[in-house]
Amino acid sequence: MTNSSIIRISNLSKKYGSKEVLRVTEAAVRRGYITGIIGPSGAGKSTLLRILNMLEPPSKGEVFYYGRKVPAAKADVLALRRKMTMVFQKSVLLEMSVYDNLAYGLRARKLPRAEIEKRVNTILETIGLSGQSKQRANTLSGGEAQRLAFARAVVLQPEILFLDEPTANLDPANVELLERLLVQLNKDCGTTVLVVTHNLFQAQRLAHETIFFYQGELVEAGATEQIFTAPRCQQTDAFVRGRMIY
Amino acid sequence: MIEAVRQAFSLLFPLDSSLTHIILLTLYVSGSAVALAALIGVPAGTWLGLQAAVKVRWLQRIIYTLMGLPPVVGGLFVYMLLSRRGILGPLELLFTPTAMIIAQLLLTLPIVMGLTSVAVRTKGKEAVDTLLSLGAEQRLILWTIVKESRYGILGAIIAGFGRAVAEVGAVIMVGGNIEGQTRVMTTAIVLEVRKGEFAFAMALGIILLLISFAINAGLYRLQAGGRDD
Ligand SMILES: Nc1ncnc2c1ncn2[C@@H]1O[C@H](COP(=O)(O)OP(=O)(O)OP(=O)(O)O)[C@@H](O)[C@H]1O
Ligand SMILES: [Mg+2]
Repeated sequence: MTNSSIIRISNLSKKYGSKEVLRVTEAAVRRGYITGIIGPSGAGKSTLLRILNMLEPPSKGEVFYYGRKVPAAKADVLALRRKMTMVFQKSVLLEMSVYDNLAYGLRARKLPRAEIEKRVNTILETIGLSGQSKQRANTLSGGEAQRLAFARAVVLQPEILFLDEPTANLDPANVELLERLLVQLNKDCGTTVLVVTHNLFQAQRLAHETIFFYQGELVEAGATEQIFTAPRCQQTDAFVRGRMIY
Repeated sequence: MIEAVRQAFSLLFPLDSSLTHIILLTLYVSGSAVALAALIGVPAGTWLGLQAAVKVRWLQRIIYTLMGLPPVVGGLFVYMLLSRRGILGPLELLFTPTAMIIAQLLLTLPIVMGLTSVAVRTKGKEAVDTLLSLGAEQRLILWTIVKESRYGILGAIIAGFGRAVAEVGAVIMVGGNIEGQTRVMTTAIVLEVRKGEFAFAMALGIILLLISFAINAGLYRLQAGGRDD
């Protein structure tokens, strides 16, 4: 492995029952990069993110973080977990206020109160929910909820951020806002981002590198430019040109 | 019916002392049983609700079955445990309020545990995944899931309490309906009906309902106000 890869995957396989839904022989995520993950529905993209976020164990194979195996000790696992976070495809907001949703992960990390308040208020401002900090999260509109889920992850200042369709429910202005935030986060804090998206334009706008999945298999990975303009595989070519039938 | 209500009121003001004892004992027995059931059943039900459904399907089925355990069967079981030749015979608990609490605990625990597990399972794995992803450790996750399921859990406790104050079969068997000692509302009603005192029995029934209503109103407020952000 090279120093620049923050996550490395080796001979990974995931089965549900006898059905193998994911198979990755070898892949690496570069540190400080935004990596796009594309592929048809059911290709295993969410499954991959869930495994990388350590929410599910792989059936076979291994994932290395920072060049090391997942530690055995519980405390070390928690520490590693806290370096990364995910925005889910179907996000679950807690039945608390907007503010408390944002503060939850920071409180779990036992940050000082003043620091929590500062960070939460800043992010509230950024995503335009300042006026609604006391509102109960389950009363937010679809788009507001999605922005909150995004902010709840970003406020943790993770080193690795997994995003599963983060802008699927948003209006164009908010898509722009979130993409801008993401790029800024990546530039200013060096956050490594893995983003699953069905929006191929979004992948091209955001991602330095792109990975294409098809039927559980990593078909092709490379610089975004290359994937979209000069794909090596026929399936990739068909998909990025919107000619894939599935 | 009107006569019954009048009698209920004339009984309440001033409170007849033996009736006061019956009411207080009812609250003590059913309240203790439900408190214990909550203490055990909420954590156990939370644990159960977080297990993969296939892994605990037998346990879950058994608990669902026990939720419908006939009070007389539960009472019989406790009777046999506590009777002189039973395992717990030496404790000499038969025909005491403690025996009644044990019997009602047996009846309410499956309800509290079963309904708690349903409430937690409804919140589901997705909520747990979210908390894990936010960096919460195991204990915080459990606590948060309990708070997130609070409406369902309070519902479980309310249902448990309803079962406890309403049942007669178990308390009459292990308590014996001894006046001034183990007589509660339901067993008193049974007795009055047997004596042909229907009006008085009805009055007792109304009082029981009123008590139940007051307690449930209290629990409901706890539920609505239990936002605890
Ligand atoms: N818990 C599970 N049990 C059984 N099958 C599952 C489970 N989770 C996912 N799958 C299956 O695994 C496959 C991959 O699912 P995954 O959610 O990773 O797809 P995806 O690429 O994210 O699709 P989409 O773009 O629609 O979100 C799907 O066929 C799905 O039905
Ligand atoms: Mg998905």
